[in-house]
Amino acid sequence: MGDLYHSQKQFDPPEEIVDESQIKTWRSHPWWLYLLIVILIATAVGIYTQENLQEAFMFIIRGIGVTVIIAIVSYLIAILLGLLTGLGRISRNVFVNNIATFYVEFLRGIPMRVLIFFIALVGVPVVVDWMNALGIPIENKDIPMEARAVIALSVTYGAFLAEIFRAGIQSIGRGQMEAARSLGMSFGKAMRYVILPQAVRNVLPALGNDFVAMVKDSSLVSLLAVGDITYMAKVYSGSTFRFREAYTILSLSYLTMTVVLSRIMNRIEKRMRTDGR
Amino acid sequence: MADNIIEIKDLYRYFGKVKALDGVSLNVKRGSVVVVIGPSGSGKSTMLRCINHLEVPTSGEVWIDGVCLESKHEKLDNIRADIGMVFQLFNLFPHLTALENITMAQKAVRKRSEAEAREIALQKLERVGILEKADVYPDNLSGGQQQRVAIARALAMDPKIMLFDEPTSALDPEMIKEVLDVMLDLAEEGMTMVVVTHEMSFARAAADEIIFMDEGKIVEQTTPDGLFNNPQHERTKLFLSQILD
Repeated sequence: MGDLYHSQKQFDPPEEIVDESQIKTWRSHPWWLYLLIVILIATAVGIYTQENLQEAFMFIIRGIGVTVIIAIVSYLIAILLGLLTGLGRISRNVFVNNIATFYVEFLRGIPMRVLIFFIALVGVPVVVDWMNALGIPIENKDIPMEARAVIALSVTYGAFLAEIFRAGIQSIGRGQMEAARSLGMSFGKAMRYVILPQAVRNVLPALGNDFVAMVKDSSLVSLLAVGDITYMAKVYSGSTFRFREAYTILSLSYLTMTVVLSRIMNRIEKRMRTDGR
Repeated sequence: MADNIIEIKDLYRYFGKVKALDGVSLNVKRGSVVVVIGPSGSGKSTMLRCINHLEVPTSGEVWIDGVCLESKHEKLDNIRADIGMVFQLFNLFPHLTALENITMAQKAVRKRSEAEAREIALQKLERVGILEKADVYPDNLSGGQQQRVAIARALAMDPKIMLFDEPTSALDPEMIKEVLDVMLDLAEEGMTMVVVTHEMSFARAAADEIIFMDEGKIVEQTTPDGLFNNPQHERTKLFLSQILD
């Protein structure tokens, strides 16, 4: 065991110390990204020149609007849900705290594709029954599958985001809240002006990651026969048996979106780090 | 107007089974400077934090200017706004510039306009001697500068009382003086101050009264003269001999 301590002394520093981040060597290039771009370009050329690929592309891409809108809308609702639930998780109010914890634990413990079915086919009808019991006239068929898909995704992601927000808020030192309260700010004002701005900044990378994950998980809405790109690929390949074309197009569509998104996130993160704030 | 701006009556505070405050009573006269000393863990900071209910006492009462503090008191926020507090670790808001640190609570609590808050903030920054740092973020300020911004932030609320919780303990030695000078100025202008500190030079120069605390109790309450030249209790003598050599 004693060797552990000695080993540090014996460590020789590298002979020349080079700050690699400052020098653009062949090592620092994102070769993986170049490879990806080559593949995407090759596919684009393929779509342009090969009829089968082109047909698959034109069919599947009709679902892109649904994919994008569902991902964005669900994510915005999930952020709101997550923020409220995250605040609930740190609340000292026993009732609020337990409701929030129940929500998070309930959703974390069920596979996402099961949840999608559960929320769309059990959750929504149950809520419809309750509303009927309260005298609000609404029927199950009034709620289209697209809306159920958004509800399912946002409720599911709300639980994930709640934990991110909770961790973000708890990462802010106690002294910040104390300083704010000592200036006469209420708990709510302290949260709004002091704690949350710092907490959100801290969790921005995690929020970005989860948005990318949301784009991918939006493919689950195809289970509800909602016409996103995954569903379109399923339909196309089912009727033409061109599985190879359909799923190549589908995979690369998601890849394009996620790579572009994570590059953007990277940029934002880097800018925030150099600004320091 | 009562003569005593702070009245602490029979304060107890337990942390689990640990008794941090063991029946503390203390009156602070308007305009006076009270310095609280004592070994660490003696309950000085806990008592100070009870004065604006950042720490809620287990039992006992705190009266501020004739109003008894209760934790559910709807006016507690207003009373806190009247009591400035300066912390050992400054607790500036790192996402805001020095100026914004000072304007924020003015706008959110005192309902001042941006222009008015800004003017007051600049005035206070000038007063603590770092007007040129108005647009700098706390991370780019030295400890002494940060603590002076924190004092300016508290002063901008026009407090009736200023509480200092070991304001120089986290500072490098060469920065202690710049903070103490600001505090001495404040004391001279007649601000009511309760200061927990180990800086005996400040106590000697500014204190009207010195409180020596040990094990959650006030052991001795006297003048600087009485403390340094004629301490009454063995515990006080021992403490002084340990810190004064």
